[in-house]
Amino acid sequence: MADTRMTVSMGPQHPSTHGVLRLELVLDGETVVKAIPDIGYLHTGMEKTMEKEKWQQVVTITCRMDYLNSMGNDLGYCLAVEKLMGVEVPERAKVLRVLLTELNRLASHLVWFGTHAMDIGAMTGFFYAFTERERILDIFENASGARLHQSYFIIGGTRWDVPDNFIPQVKEFLDGFPKFLDECKRLVTGNKIFQRRTKGVGVISKEDAIDWALSGPTIRGSGVNWDIRKSEPYSGYDTYDFDVPVYDGCDVWSRYLVRMDEFHESWKICCQALERLKTPGSVKSDHPKLQLPERDLMKQHIDVMIHHFLLASEGFTVPVGEVYQSIESARGEIAYYVVSDGGERPYRVRVRTPSYVNLSALPAMVEGSLIADVVAVIGSIDIVLGDVDR
Amino acid sequence: MHPSRYADASLIRTKFADTIEEIIEAIGEVTLVAKREGLVELMTFLRDEPSLKFNYLSDIGGVDLGEFASPRFAVAYQLYSLEHNHRLRVKVFLEEKDANLPTMWNIWKASNWLEREIYDMFGVNFEGHPDQRRILMPADYEGYPLRKDFPIKGY
Repeated sequence: MADTRMTVSMGPQHPSTHGVLRLELVLDGETVVKAIPDIGYLHTGMEKTMEKEKWQQVVTITCRMDYLNSMGNDLGYCLAVEKLMGVEVPERAKVLRVLLTELNRLASHLVWFGTHAMDIGAMTGFFYAFTERERILDIFENASGARLHQSYFIIGGTRWDVPDNFIPQVKEFLDGFPKFLDECKRLVTGNKIFQRRTKGVGVISKEDAIDWALSGPTIRGSGVNWDIRKSEPYSGYDTYDFDVPVYDGCDVWSRYLVRMDEFHESWKICCQALERLKTPGSVKSDHPKLQLPERDLMKQHIDVMIHHFLLASEGFTVPVGEVYQSIESARGEIAYYVVSDGGERPYRVRVRTPSYVNLSALPAMVEGSLIADVVAVIGSIDIVLGDVDR
Repeated sequence: MHPSRYADASLIRTKFADTIEEIIEAIGEVTLVAKREGLVELMTFLRDEPSLKFNYLSDIGGVDLGEFASPRFAVAYQLYSLEHNHRLRVKVFLEEKDANLPTMWNIWKASNWLEREIYDMFGVNFEGHPDQRRILMPADYEGYPLRKDFPIKGY
């Protein structure tokens, strides 16, 4: 009997491959016998570039890696360097970091919601989700001046305080969000076609999910109750009231439910952070080497002027050492392994990106299923190719 | 800082005295500096011992200590225990002429792409890896981009 197997390339231009992912699929009829992911088309060389930038400049690179979760990426890096330096961040900066990172999680999940539903054939949710995401990007623009690559968090705090109209703007958004979320759920969650395309699809057991080191909603959809905001809290997450959604279906549907619940939990955190933001305070650490001096002082004292000049032109140094700092990004564990040789530039910054590790388990999820299911599974992992190919 | 975040290294020290060269505790993190010989046994123990249970391989990171350094490369395994919520770093130093390590594929499946990436970026060979190919660079690419003597703009 003749061999009926066929090898096809899915991507890198296929819309459901979310950028530049190429999958080499060996098919028997419509069944996937083997899947070989082929990544590496971006060639951004970000880890290499980081070694050539000053410590502070690296945040302009980290926010471009996972461009849908820029705030979280910057936060992880800043926390790592602050840990190496022993720098304490003021309370207001911590609150701002939590608020903006959670808003970014909402924005990132909105892109996932829209594109995942669209991959499976539902178009309307995409427009709903992107309209709502625009409101969050407006908030980012108001706070930092940039919509996508904010670089708003700096080592020792935030770049500057938020403007006066920031709190009303965020409040207006948060007030309207639950209604929007209900609409989204009504639109997709109850849809029979969506359920049949996702239930029992792309199954990865709890044991395999741990073995493949999956993280974020992907591992929580396999019944593992693990969230770094709870297990190793940072930026005061242990003082916020929120739950960790976990589903044990181990399939695309479970991962969908986890993220839909996470919308609500992040919204809860944002509401609490917004209340705390009403208390004024400093947003920068008082570490003398980290912050540019006040402009008025600079005009009066030559030594302050010299300090400003040195900090702007040479940057600052970080003590010799190494550190591994991980945080819970929208996609899972993003971690920075930072090595310092005591210089004014990082000796090595290794980034553990969640999309990269989660994607490595894709063959284990899709082999044996139908080719149409591959699209649903990729969407359920919520990869960002900038996060996969650093 | 979370009180149970970092593993107690004393049990490992007594059990693997020949494999472990040094235990470093700094900034609240524990690093085991291990020899390549006995690494697989050490890692298997770290995964299986009930009081440690490092069942989650978070990451593997390579560091080039410079073209004139001896040993030249360091490879750092970041381990995590989902059960005990503690972390540990195992670090192995390698000479450039003998940049070989055993694969961790049979211990944690997550090592597959992480090891491929270190092979791709530093030229460290992982013996027994099921599919050791370049992962980010093209198959016919020459050189290892994350080595310190690799120019930032390429050759």
